[in-house]
This record gives sequence, structure tokens and C-alpha cells, in this order.
Amino acid sequence: MLRRVLALVRKELAGLWKDPKTRMVLLIPPLIQVFLFAYAATYDVVHAPLAIWNEDAGAESAELVRRFDFSPAFRVIAAVQSPGQARALLDAKTAAAVLHLPQDFSADLLAHRTAQVQLLVDARRSNTALMLQGYAATIVATYAAERSGGRGQVTLQTRDWFNPTLESTWFILPGLVCVLSFMMALLVAALSLARERELGTFEQLLVTPLRPIEIMIGKAIPGVVVGMVDATLVTAAALLWFRLPFRGDPLLLGLMLVLYGLGGVGIGLVLSCLAKTQQQAMLGVFVVAAPLIVLSGFAAPIENMPKLVELLSRADPVRYMLVIARGLFLQDLPVAVVLAQAWPMALIALITLGGATVTVRRAVG
Amino acid sequence: MSGTAMRLRGLVRKETKQILRDPSAILIAFLLPVVLLVVNGFGLSLDARDMRIAVVIEAPEETARGLLQAIDASPYLAAQPAPDFPAAEAALTAGRVRGILTVREDFVPRLRRDGAARGQAALAVNATDPNSARLLEGYVSGALSAWLVGEARERRRLPSGGIELAVRDWFNPELRSTAFIVPGVIAMVMTMTGTLLTALIVAREWERGTMEAMLASPAHMAELIAAKLACYFVLGMLSMAMAMALAVTVFDVPFRGSLGALGAAAALFLVFALGLGLFISTLARNQFVASQLAFLTTMMPAMMLSGMLFDIAAMPRWLQLVTFLAPARYLVSILQTLFLAGDIWPVLLPNLAGLGAAALAAIGLTLLVTRRRLD
Repeated sequence: MLRRVLALVRKELAGLWKDPKTRMVLLIPPLIQVFLFAYAATYDVVHAPLAIWNEDAGAESAELVRRFDFSPAFRVIAAVQSPGQARALLDAKTAAAVLHLPQDFSADLLAHRTAQVQLLVDARRSNTALMLQGYAATIVATYAAERSGGRGQVTLQTRDWFNPTLESTWFILPGLVCVLSFMMALLVAALSLARERELGTFEQLLVTPLRPIEIMIGKAIPGVVVGMVDATLVTAAALLWFRLPFRGDPLLLGLMLVLYGLGGVGIGLVLSCLAKTQQQAMLGVFVVAAPLIVLSGFAAPIENMPKLVELLSRADPVRYMLVIARGLFLQDLPVAVVLAQAWPMALIALITLGGATVTVRRAVG
Repeated sequence: MSGTAMRLRGLVRKETKQILRDPSAILIAFLLPVVLLVVNGFGLSLDARDMRIAVVIEAPEETARGLLQAIDASPYLAAQPAPDFPAAEAALTAGRVRGILTVREDFVPRLRRDGAARGQAALAVNATDPNSARLLEGYVSGALSAWLVGEARERRRLPSGGIELAVRDWFNPELRSTAFIVPGVIAMVMTMTGTLLTALIVAREWERGTMEAMLASPAHMAELIAAKLACYFVLGMLSMAMAMALAVTVFDVPFRGSLGALGAAAALFLVFALGLGLFISTLARNQFVASQLAFLTTMMPAMMLSGMLFDIAAMPRWLQLVTFLAPARYLVSILQTLFLAGDIWPVLLPNLAGLGAAALAAIGLTLLVTRRRLD
């Protein structure tokens, strides 16, 4: 049995490797994507263009404006004199926010009254707007605290664990290890059986001494291999170029990637069994791949999803692998937590691969 | 001229029949957008609610109760009292809570003492996800300030000489991330649908040799491409209209621009996407490579490089230049503006120009590659 399966695996891998175009498509795009996406995926806000609408002539308002300009979050780009001008700058996205200091700002401060400032924010991008509000609140509060000598104030000392400088690449790269390798494994598996069926070689495969389960294993292994190779490439880029830490056990990551690859390949093979042509298989990949990636928590946290969508995401192997990859790269995730993610992945792999095998067996019978 | 018109009419009729007979085209145009829009629209949310934080309070019970109430009053936070720091730390490491707020025994005495003393609290955050970490810090600091104001009011000692910051959020006052993500998702969906329509279907024609057969007919290559584009264009526009309707009805995103501007942007973008599909299928010659190329050039770039989720202005300079090559960015910018702000021409015009250039480039490249293939 082993010899037969190995022969099939060798044939499948040769099929992928022989064609130079296919070979390129399997290796080059993941590498290009790592570099583009790792730098792209940032929710950071730096040097947001800020317009100043200052109706106050006092030194206090000038000082507050200076503090905004010197903060890393903002840079002052213009001074406006009217709400109309402010509106125009926000509309055209020339300014991300407008800071409005009313006439009596300095006078109020000097008289120990509560002074008012207003921040108009372009909230089209709500996340950026939230960040800007936070930065503005901190700048204003710090200034107020310094003026009052700190009395009656609370300081919050924050320590960011596992990623002390809040690097967004540290967040996105473990995600890319999962996502890019998953897409490749899924693609290879989804097209494999469908292609045989379209070309008519599927029947030839069925009349060989290979049993359905052997065919499935033979078809699954190349996808897992492709996924592992791509995962290794991305991991190497993450460690060598982006200088990510790796605090967990590399062997554990490898093992989990195999389990994960089996799940991805299983989903691909199910699609492949359902499809009559490569085109339908491909369509299936497009329909499932984007939701699997989106629901995994790759770009936006799972906690934010509506309950029903969150339930749906539990059938998504990427979700579990993401927790493992992020945990092992950044924080030496406890083995118990890793295992709690491992069994759903194993279950997904078992169900999908089992389902695909049953379909093939039915084709024989 | 009349020959061209006649041939075009014939070709269009042929393509229409082919589309109607082949379920995949209909599936790509209508099923794919609905699935993608619904799942991505609900699944991609940056609105944090009830972020769980462990709270370790060593201060007396009365203060502790007040603080916990203040934290729970925030819609963004959910407090979970923890007996001691090690227990909280275990919860943080296992991902059960996002942060640990520690309030020491001398918190209130220090706060009330005269002079330069101030209350101190410490927050440890699981920063594996830096965006959530930053938001969490903001929310906790907001909750503490709220508690402080309540406390001061109770003791009739309002801090003097403070500054009050009032924030007004324009265009999206409730700060719903869905409002900017859904227009972006439409752009992503249209990139995939448009490109797939031509990439998969035409790749099959090349593989089976029917494309060569058509080219051997009296029809010119340009006519052939025009006829294909025209038919899939109609299909794509219908699909776009459906996506827009879903955005407004299901996701409750306001639409403040004009339909004319929307139509122009959609049309230009579709010509680009369909052209890209034709280009890929002509270049690849077989379905396997064509589908992989279509997969790689549409979904991830449209999600990562278009500004749909990540602000292009925050990317490194060289990458900002690269994003000009991802035409989804022009559409995302246009859609976000049309939906949330209105017809702001200084934003719309440059992006429409970008879409036009992309459409021309896609068609031009296709003509070039097709000609070369036949030589």
C-alpha cells in the first residue's frame, strides 16, 4: 500500500513541478505577497494631517497647537479661519482632523475655568478616527495635568506584552504564514481531482490497483507539501527579514501546520469532488477562500463578529491555526492552549478528507 | 462599417446564448458577490465591543466597586475581577482576557493627597494584536477618567482649570467600521467577479481551441474582444447593482453621492477587471495557471492594498506607489466617498482618471498579447 501511495504522490508532485509556469505560480507569488502585505497591513496612524482653526490669540492655545504638531500622531498642515474652510479640507481628505480653539480658550484657562476645545474628525475610516481621538485626548489631558500640577489626576501606565513596540508586522506575518500557505494548499487540492475528471484520467486512476483511500492520501499529500513549503518560505522571511521573535517550539508549529494543511487540503478535495470541471472547482475555491480568510480573524478580531458569524467561523481551520501561529511566534503559547486549537483542526481534516474518500468510493461502486 | 456592425451583432448573440447556457457565468456574477458581500460585510468589523479585561484591585471595596462599575459602563469593556495577578496573567497568556488592570492599595490616598501626587493604575495588554491593544488602552483610560469625574463630583471638588475636549465625527458619527468596510468589500467583490468572468471562461476557450477557431473566422480580433466584453459587461453591471442594493439595505450604509458618478466608476472599473481577466487567460493558455493567476491578482491585493481595511496613507512610501498598480484602490476611494460623503469631485476625478488608465492598460495589453499568440 505504501509503495502504491508513494508512486501516486511522486506522480502528482512531478505534475506540479514539471510545468515551469505552475512551478512559478506556486513559489513566487507567496514571496512577493509577504513583502507587499506585511508592510501594507497596518492600522497605525502616524502624522495625520491636522488643520488648525484657532480663534484665540493667547499663548496657551499656541502651546496646545505646538504640542499637537510635535506629537507623532499629527502634523499641522494648514490654518483655517472658518467652518467652511474646515469642511472643505475634511471633504477633500486634505486634513484628517481639524482642531478648533474658541476665542476664550486662554482666558478660561487663566481664570481656572474649564476651557473648551473641539476636534472635528473625518470618521469615514472609523478606526483611524478612534485612534486620532485617543491621541488628541491624551495630548489635551497631559497639557491640562501639567498646568494643574497633576493634582487629582490618574496616570495609567501601560505595558504592552508580547509586542512591546506594537509593531504591526509582528501581528500580520504569523497571519500570512497561515493564509498564504492555506490558499496554495487549497488551490492545488481543489484542482487536482477536477482536472483528472475533466481530462478523463480520473477513470484511469480508478481502474488502477489503488483503493479510494489510497487515491485520497496520494492526492492529499502534495497539497500538504506545497502548503508546508510556502509556510516555510513565509516563516523564513518573517524571521530573517522582518526580525520577528519566535518564542515557542518550532517543532510544535511544524506539527500543527501539517494538521492544518490536511484541513485545507480536505476542503479543497471536497470542492474537487463536487465539481465536474476545473472551472467549477475554481469557482468553489473563490467562494470559500475569501470567507475562510475573513472569518479567521486574520484582519479583524473574531470578538467583533456577530454571534451567528462567530459560530460559522468555528468551522474555519484558519481561525485555529492563527491563534497557534501568533501564540508561538510572539508569546510561547502554553501547550494546553495549542492543543485546544488542535482538535477542531483535526476534526475538520477528518470530516473533509473522509467525505472526499466516500465520494470517490461511490464513484468506484 | 456595416460589416463590423453585423459581425458584432452576431458575436454578441453568440456570447449571450453561451452565457445563458453556461451556469458558471451566472453563478460567478450573482452567487459569488452575495456570498462574499454578506460574509465579509458581517465578518470584517473593527468595532470592538466588550473587550474582556481582568481587574486586580487591591484598593478598598468601595473604590473597587466604583471602578468596576465605571469599566462595565463602557460599551467597549467587560471587567472580570481576578483574585490576584498570577491568575490574571494566566488568563492573559491563554487569550481569555485582553488586558489586566491593576489598581494598588494606595490608589485613592495618593489621589486625594495634596501636592503633586496622583493616582496610579497599571495596565498590561496582550499586544499580539497591536490595533486592539491601542484601542483597549484608550478605552481603559477613558473609563478611568469617567470614574474620576464622577468621584470628584461626588466630593464636590471638580478639578479646576481642566480642558474639555469635544469630538465631532463627520461622515460616520456612530463610528461604524461597517460603513467604510462594506464599500471596500464591494470593490473587492467586483474585482474578483469581473476578472473571474473572463479569466475562467476565456481560458477554457483557449484550452479547448475554440478561441483559435473564432479567430480564424472573418471577425477581427478587436471585434471578438469587444463582443465578449460587451456581454460580460452587462452581466457585471447587474452584479454591481445588486451589491450596491445589498450594501444599502442589509448593511444600512448611507449613500450620499449621485448614481451617475457611481455608474461611471462602476463601468470603468468593470472594463478594467474584465480586461484583466482576458489578459490573464490569454497569457496563461491553461485553466490551472489562469485560475491561480486570477486568484492571486484579485482577492488578496484587493483586500490588502486597496485601502479597504488598511489606510494607504499609513503605508511606507514605496508601497504607496505600488498601490497605484492595484486599481481596486481607486474604486475603494470612490465608493467610500460616494457612500459616506457625497459627490466630492476633488476626490472622485483623480480616481476616475486612475480607473480609466487601468481600463485602457488592461485592454491594450490583451490586444498585444493576443496578437503575439497568433504569430
